[in-house]
Amino acid sequence: MPGNRFNGFTDYGIGIGLRAPHYDHILSRKPVVDWFEIISENFMIDGGRPLHILDQILEQYKVVQHGVSMYFGSAEKPDREHLRRLKQLVKRTNTPWLSDHLCWGSVDGRYTHDLLPMPYTFEAARLTAQKIREVRDFLEIPIAVENVSSYAEYHVSEMTEWEFLNEVVERADCGILLDVNNIYVSSRNHNFDPLTYIDSVPADRVAQIHIAGHSKFQKYILDTHDHPVIDPVWKLYDRAIQRAGHTATLLEWDDSIPSFQEVHREALKANRFLESKSLAVAV
Amino acid sequence: MKLHALQRAVARAVMQPLTRSERMQRKAPGGGRMSAYAARFIKPNDRLTSFERLEIYNRQYWFRVLASLAEDYPGLRAVLGGRRFEAMCKAYLTECPSRSFTLRNLGAQLAAWLRQNARWISDRRVLALDMVHLEWAEIEAFDGEAKPPLRSEDLRDADAANLQLAIQPYVQLLDLHYPVDDLLLDVKHGDDIPDRASNAVQERRKHSRVRAVAKLEAAEIFLAVHRLDFSVYFRRIEPEEFALLTALRSGKTVERAIDLAFRKSSVPAADRAAFVQRSFQTWAALGWFCRPEENKRGEKVREKRA
Repeated sequence: MPGNRFNGFTDYGIGIGLRAPHYDHILSRKPVVDWFEIISENFMIDGGRPLHILDQILEQYKVVQHGVSMYFGSAEKPDREHLRRLKQLVKRTNTPWLSDHLCWGSVDGRYTHDLLPMPYTFEAARLTAQKIREVRDFLEIPIAVENVSSYAEYHVSEMTEWEFLNEVVERADCGILLDVNNIYVSSRNHNFDPLTYIDSVPADRVAQIHIAGHSKFQKYILDTHDHPVIDPVWKLYDRAIQRAGHTATLLEWDDSIPSFQEVHREALKANRFLESKSLAVAV
Repeated sequence: MKLHALQRAVARAVMQPLTRSERMQRKAPGGGRMSAYAARFIKPNDRLTSFERLEIYNRQYWFRVLASLAEDYPGLRAVLGGRRFEAMCKAYLTECPSRSFTLRNLGAQLAAWLRQNARWISDRRVLALDMVHLEWAEIEAFDGEAKPPLRSEDLRDADAANLQLAIQPYVQLLDLHYPVDDLLLDVKHGDDIPDRASNAVQERRKHSRVRAVAKLEAAEIFLAVHRLDFSVYFRRIEPEEFALLTALRSGKTVERAIDLAFRKSSVPAADRAAFVQRSFQTWAALGWFCRPEENKRGEKVREKRA
């Protein structure tokens, strides 16, 4: 499947997250990478080295912005200063789409700096969709919302997580950043079938896919982005691209970050699935 | 329950300080048992109670914000010691939780808060405040705005009597009572030592830091925290340079700023012209000058007069 209106009709391949320990390698060796994903907040600043590095990356590579603190699900208006800085960065990177999480994390102007799970209610879906629309109208680019890993569920929820995701994206008419690792983590923490989740997502809205590793504890799984992708997550990825087609895919590795080559090698494993999908289509 | 009320209730629990053993408190915000409080909002599952599920977020919150402050303020940590630093951070974050979308600004209120809560720094008040100012200045200098530098042609038609020069926003000017720049560099150099050696090395490093703090003698210094080629530097400057730069930054004309800089100076009158020339040459070479802000009518912003 080629690009869609939620990723600016692009046809991006396999990317990796741009992280500081890899700056020197990338700038000096100029490895072939389809695209980099940046954490927007790391570059929503006035000047200095981070923007200098970013500008050099932009000369060589395609970059997509991914945010961690827009908090579409927080029951308060978007922060104007946040939006102003985000728009400045969007102009700098020319990101074809922008993603952030389907979660909340601030209340009454206080920030937890965490991705807190939503109560899956119709009220929350309506307010979240409204905020996504406001942000999209201000930034004037397509928005994709990412499903988060979660460790708690609320009594007030009126639907499943995937029904909530669908409710929000339909109301907001926005894209989905489908994180298959997050689906796996949450499925283990909340005892649901991850394939049911993936099969319920509107495939034509999937703008991008995230893959990552996680950490297993005795009673729950934590989304730590500090390990290779495990086989069950690759299987979910396989299923996701069977449904959504050849989709921009990104490996997240944020802690205990190994060498650039190791991270890139892990990301390129996605090719096994993308290529078999292409062959299947050709046949 | 409405979304806002639910989020407010959950956030109160998530942002409530942990116990000494880094677990969620048994007492809920506003009183009562936390287990009952958590059970009102959070479903248990077959492995975790509502309390335990909420606790995951409570612990994640504190681990994240404490790690962020520890990363930004290694110098203050060396001055206060690890335990007191952590206790101080918990008190600070409880009273001044983040109000910014970015963790970069987490310490923005720390200096002001410490002045009002001096018990945390009582025996090293001045030293600790100096260090906080320096570490915040470092953050500002690292990613502060760099405006287009002043060019010689910008001065071609300048009216010498009313000439104003602006200082780059990223240049931070500090008047300090201790040579905390040396201490901070010592602390950071210590942090560069790889951890792989042994616990003994870490102990030695800790003791040498304690000695460095204890040995530090008061001495007024003036510092410009600036950046060059995207790296942050601490540059000691003379009191007259500090006064001159501060006056220029506040919008004074060059003539007036020079006047103010030498008001209490011990630099002999005969040497002042050379001093000023040398200073301006250095600052220009470092790229510290930029064009003054212009208002909507295209006029330079004039110094406000009483």
